[in-house]
Amino acid sequence: MPNTYLDFEKPLVELEKKIAELKRYAGEKEIDLRAEIALLEKKAAELKEKTYQNLAPWQRLQLARHPERPNFLDYVELLFTDFLFLHGDRCTGDDPAVVGGIGRFEGSPVTVIGHRKGHNTKENLACHFGMPHPEGFRKALRLAKQAEKFQRPVIFLVDTPGAYSGIAAEERGQSWAIAANLCSLARIETPMIVVITGEGGSGGALALGVGDVVLMLEHAVFSVISPEGCAAILWKDASRAPEAASALKITATELLELGLIDAIVPEPLGGAHRDPKATAENLRLELRKWVSQLREIPPSELVNRRWERLRRIGSFS
Amino acid sequence: MRRLFKDIWRKHHRYITVKPETLEEKKKEQLWLKCPKCGELLYARELMKNLKVCRKCGYHFRLTAFERIAITLDEGSFEEFDSDLGPVDPLGFPGYPEKVACAQQATGLKEAILTGSGTIEGWSVVIGVLDPNFIMGSMGCVVGEKISRLVERAIERRVPLVIFSASGGARMQEGVFSLMQMAKTSAAISRLHDQRILYISVLTDPTTGGVAASFAALGDIVIAEPGALIGFAGRRVTEQTLREKLPPHFQTAEFCFEHGFLDLVVPRQEMRRTLAHILALHSERG
Ligand SMILES: [Zn+2]
Repeated sequence: MPNTYLDFEKPLVELEKKIAELKRYAGEKEIDLRAEIALLEKKAAELKEKTYQNLAPWQRLQLARHPERPNFLDYVELLFTDFLFLHGDRCTGDDPAVVGGIGRFEGSPVTVIGHRKGHNTKENLACHFGMPHPEGFRKALRLAKQAEKFQRPVIFLVDTPGAYSGIAAEERGQSWAIAANLCSLARIETPMIVVITGEGGSGGALALGVGDVVLMLEHAVFSVISPEGCAAILWKDASRAPEAASALKITATELLELGLIDAIVPEPLGGAHRDPKATAENLRLELRKWVSQLREIPPSELVNRRWERLRRIGSFS
Repeated sequence: MRRLFKDIWRKHHRYITVKPETLEEKKKEQLWLKCPKCGELLYARELMKNLKVCRKCGYHFRLTAFERIAITLDEGSFEEFDSDLGPVDPLGFPGYPEKVACAQQATGLKEAILTGSGTIEGWSVVIGVLDPNFIMGSMGCVVGEKISRLVERAIERRVPLVIFSASGGARMQEGVFSLMQMAKTSAAISRLHDQRILYISVLTDPTTGGVAASFAALGDIVIAEPGALIGFAGRRVTEQTLREKLPPHFQTAEFCFEHGFLDLVVPRQEMRRTLAHILALHSERG
């Protein structure tokens, strides 16, 4: 059972607590409560179905931002072997919000680059809540170019509220760093797979989000602006964020329907944080498929297809 | 410049549908303008003659896309591309169609960008101009598509590309479609670079967010107008994050220049000459 739960999970978590208590009580007092427990467990299973089957976009966003949601370090642990973290942008420093390195996926070397979020406040302060400075974007690009040289596939794990906003970020050219990534990643001659694992927040996500294929975890979100920001600008009322979350079409299902992503990676009932291992296994299957498919395509052809894919995006009259 | 703005307006009158009485009121109202920087009262006609630059303090007023085209290109050389391209409402976003209709009515434009071909002191270019009055010059699908087509025409004709940006960023009412226009336009520019075609990007007030962080930043030469607001995050957002007031100089053209992100800061009176100068220096490879 997770330590943190969301508002809409409260009835379920309370029921689960009650079952745990009852089990303990039965054990201590040596009373047979099996029938009662079975009944409650059935009720809990039904409630779980009901709670997670039809999540509103705003609720999915809460799951995507869940502090216990598997993060970059968890996926490295669960999916790759012999992982070596590499550091620095060769210009300003080493951004703790963007991490990356080389490891083996199913035996073959790959480069993995992503945003780093923490599971608690202390970790999050250390990695700026996954919000990159320009040096983070430059590090990502450096590692992608390094992968291109050695013809390793690149896997991007995207999970950020957005690019860092602050004086230092602007002084060091936040806009220019993001633009440089968008421009250069489009031409990298090696397979690139983008996985939005949690929050795909705006330009800060997109700068690590250009690839040959874009996957989203079931409860991940991808958005041009945070629903809070959107509500504040449009309606001068940040409390209308749930409404904005629906209007912005940020969920994996909606984005797949709109043709903006390529596939959805299923999560265990209740979200990735309830079973990180099972989540990682689902992701492994999808990655295996795409890595082998993309490896078959000549690198220059990959770049052409990447362009054609972007070129088509848009709807106008 | 050689020409008054009223000529431009006459030329483009077919785009404008303003009721006569509103126009009269507007005229009266706009006889005198107050400079937002120094407070000087400026006679509208004089201000227009001075390319909408305050004669006292040099403040650069924002220009409409039509005005920018008129003061940048040789007279009569502009031929518009894709004038029929208009926005749709891909997400069914509440209030968006009304917002678009309102912007179209107010600006006489179909979308936030005008694109076309023309000449600058005789040099052929393809040009794109964003209009800050059309939903903050924000980039949705149409802006992204028109820029992509503009780049394709630059490649086809092998002529330099000039883009004047003035935008608050990606248009949120088109959601991830808008966000992806950042990737689309940037990838288009990467193809232009591959083809060794010159791209001059001019940042004007304001150039922020998703436009600042995509095609606008990717010029071979990046120029800004003095005093233009240029940055990624909005000042309000940054202030909220930091919980402190920012220095007044923050996120201006001069700030970006000092930090090494601009080639030049060029006053409006010298812009045309500077562009022609750059175009001439690149003419050998035409
Ligand atoms: Zn003034």
